[in-house]
Amino acid sequence: MARSQSAALDRKKLMADPVMVGTIVVLIAFLTLFILYPLAILLVDSVYGDDGLTMDIFKRVMAMANFRKAITNTLKVGFLVGVLSAAVGLLFAYVEVYVKVGRGVGGLFKVVSMLPVVSPPFVLSLSMIMLFGKAGLITRFLLHIYDNSVYGFWGIVIVQTLTFFPVCYMMLKGLLKNIDPSLEEAARDMGAGRMKVFTSVTLPLLLPGLGNAFLVTFIESIADFANPMIIGGSYDTLATTIYLQITGAYDKQGAAAMAVVLLTITLLMFAVQKYYLEAKTAATLTGKASRGRMLISDKSVTRPLTALCGLAAAFVIMMYLCVPIGALFPTWGYKFTPLTFKWFGQVFTRYKGFKAFTDSFVLSLISAPITALLSMIISYLVVKRKFKAKGFIEAVSMLAMAVPGTVLGVGYIRGFSGGIFHTGLLQGIYGSAAILVIVFVVRSLPTGTRSGISALRQIDKSIEESAYDMGADSFKVFMTVTLPLIKDSFLSGLVTAFVRSITAISAIILLVTPQFLLITVQINEFAEKGSYSIACAFATILILITYGAVLLMNLFIRFFGTSRKIKEEM
Amino acid sequence: MSKIKKGVRLDHISKIYQDPKTGKDFYAVKDVSLDIEPGSFVTLLGPSGCGKTTTLRMIAGFESPDEGEIYLGDQPINALTPNKRDTAMVFQSYALLPHYNVFDNVAYGLKLRKVPKEEIRQRVMHILDLVELTGMEGRMTNQLSGGQQQRVALARALVIEPSVLLFDEPLSNLDAKLRVSMRTEIRRIQQEVGITAIYVTHDQSEAMALSDSIIIMNGGVIAQMGSPQEIYYHPDSEFVADFIGEANFLRGTMTGMEGGHAILEIEGNRTPVHPKEGMQTGQTYTAVLRPESAALAETGGLPCKVVLSCFMGSYQNYHVMVGSTLVKLTDYNPKNKRVYKVGETCSLVFDPAFVHIL
Repeated sequence: MARSQSAALDRKKLMADPVMVGTIVVLIAFLTLFILYPLAILLVDSVYGDDGLTMDIFKRVMAMANFRKAITNTLKVGFLVGVLSAAVGLLFAYVEVYVKVGRGVGGLFKVVSMLPVVSPPFVLSLSMIMLFGKAGLITRFLLHIYDNSVYGFWGIVIVQTLTFFPVCYMMLKGLLKNIDPSLEEAARDMGAGRMKVFTSVTLPLLLPGLGNAFLVTFIESIADFANPMIIGGSYDTLATTIYLQITGAYDKQGAAAMAVVLLTITLLMFAVQKYYLEAKTAATLTGKASRGRMLISDKSVTRPLTALCGLAAAFVIMMYLCVPIGALFPTWGYKFTPLTFKWFGQVFTRYKGFKAFTDSFVLSLISAPITALLSMIISYLVVKRKFKAKGFIEAVSMLAMAVPGTVLGVGYIRGFSGGIFHTGLLQGIYGSAAILVIVFVVRSLPTGTRSGISALRQIDKSIEESAYDMGADSFKVFMTVTLPLIKDSFLSGLVTAFVRSITAISAIILLVTPQFLLITVQINEFAEKGSYSIACAFATILILITYGAVLLMNLFIRFFGTSRKIKEEM
Repeated sequence: MSKIKKGVRLDHISKIYQDPKTGKDFYAVKDVSLDIEPGSFVTLLGPSGCGKTTTLRMIAGFESPDEGEIYLGDQPINALTPNKRDTAMVFQSYALLPHYNVFDNVAYGLKLRKVPKEEIRQRVMHILDLVELTGMEGRMTNQLSGGQQQRVALARALVIEPSVLLFDEPLSNLDAKLRVSMRTEIRRIQQEVGITAIYVTHDQSEAMALSDSIIIMNGGVIAQMGSPQEIYYHPDSEFVADFIGEANFLRGTMTGMEGGHAILEIEGNRTPVHPKEGMQTGQTYTAVLRPESAALAETGGLPCKVVLSCFMGSYQNYHVMVGSTLVKLTDYNPKNKRVYKVGETCSLVFDPAFVHIL
């Protein structure tokens, strides 16, 4: 039996579609050049010295006490953050799905899940320092503790947990909603109490999902650069160590080897998460709940749970509010009145704020549509078409999800500062705006692709086939059918890409050259210098921009998006 | 339509798939050869997984055959993409474009062909008239009932005046009554337009009602093809007999010929049946007896015992045991007839001419 004829015919049919072939070739080139190659060059650089293949570089970095310390630090922080985030996320998700709560609490949950999306990554670190640090509003002025240190292990753990638990909450909420209530009702019917139902039915069903949430946060924590940078103090993690190795010690080869170590850790976890836990989660929780769930309205359960979640949510919101308020105090920690806009003024008058905002804004604005379109094209190809290189395209765009920004940054430095394979080819893009845009695109591509893929999976394959059958070529099908049907996903991808780009820091801080001022880099600098008020002023304006973008998107979707009727139909 | 009608020819077509569980290759369609006359209505009928849909999708161009060549008229079309083939498909899920209204859905193919605006308007309105949807052109597709949506899908396929119309189980999402009226509708329109139609279904009554000829598929190969009457009265195999209509299988050894009838010894009873060519004494044969071709009587046939007797409205349904063989009967118009009760012993009678020997 040979499938050669159909393979040959499929190839012929594909070749009859030049737009499609062109797109695939460009995509493969892009993914290879800007995702695979930078990672490959790290590996090559760290095993290939002046005298051929060598493990010396690895031996050298592993011999550094601070690097070994950074590895254990990172894993310790990541593990704890993963556990805590999954636990807090589970609490929130359980309360939302199972417990009858007032409207106010529900709104609070929404705000809490929204905040990390629109804010720059290190906002919580800033407010942590400002509220609980040596000159902290709460520690010093409320509790009169004068020597509280938030820098270090616990600072990172708390800040990262607060940053990442909403991700777990969203994931677990979706899973809990898929549990068929009749399973739990059956258990109740057999005589199990509430607690027993939770431990013997709900929790076992949710276990793979919890593991999944834990690992996703674990990876995020390991890859996080901004928070450890600001609140880590002398407690270095892998991401910050690599950054310092390159910017402080100018040891690019050492940094490359370290990046390989970090990448190996995240890739391993990503593989476990993606291929083992995700499949298991899908296997235990399939299908939709057959009907609505009787919410728990027993006051002895609702009151403590609501109070707990309300308090936690209020705490998170207070942390976020601290930033804009902090920017209004004349001198943080010493003089609180009268409130002033002088820091906002200084952002523009003394610190070239206008240039920083335009640079960040313009670069993000350029990269957002590229990212959104690219991710929709990739999703279309992956979900709707079959061709040989499909597996490659899907794998590489998902791989980007597991690559920490710092690793990518080092890869770009090694890969492009001397041209491709240090030959000088394409050297021109290094230090240019183009490479910044490319980094933004690559960093946001996986999220966009993932949402595009799930949106497209919900669309009946035969709708596109019918258009194809009516005489439309691939390009026409994509433009007249696919894109209009996933308009919502496209628009939200656009905004997500914009927000992610304008708040990005980990990779970009390694690649930005003095000719560009980026807001996030500025905030990081001021925060490190201890100029918290000015950092807060920058961050506040940034939050306003991102929040404005999200609002604009919602407005846009309401008026131009797919009508609700069509959605119900599908 | 002024176009020259075209037939479809499949020349030793095979399609190989990989079993996702075992990783082994298998033939989803094996060595299928067909010659479909221009203007005829042909149905591919079979249980799920028999290869009928795969065959249709190869004709449409969504799948590529691993062996053989497909011809549209005289033109080999293996290497053509679906958008370049002169075929139009009506999908099981209708596959209407949800962001377009009825008019735009039907006009979609014409717009792609850059037909002038005024002509598009005329042709769309004409087709909508044909499928009896005049006045609905401004509706969004989700405001239509299932039957109306299927008419839009049909109109969209017809309006581009393809050489061949392909149907992929188009009625299976409709309820039973609507299915019956829609299939009459499809047949009427196909006759009116005179287009070649290939129709995939697993519903045998649909196949009978619609087709000039039926192709029964099983396990990727053609089990039998012929007109509905040929297939119903002269099935080639137990599979075909059982798949189309209901069938009882009576096994017996031939003991000889008598008065132009072959005598089979069925469950110890000498039974005359209509012979088929080349029958030999001493051989065992299977006789196909349709439930409506037999009746129960006090005496005069195969002795049997009633095990089920059930009033179904238009007929009385019986299961009787002839020795160890179960025979199902439908006795139509049962009012004022003697009704046999469970446990009664009686006699199974049928005209020898109504029995078909496999």
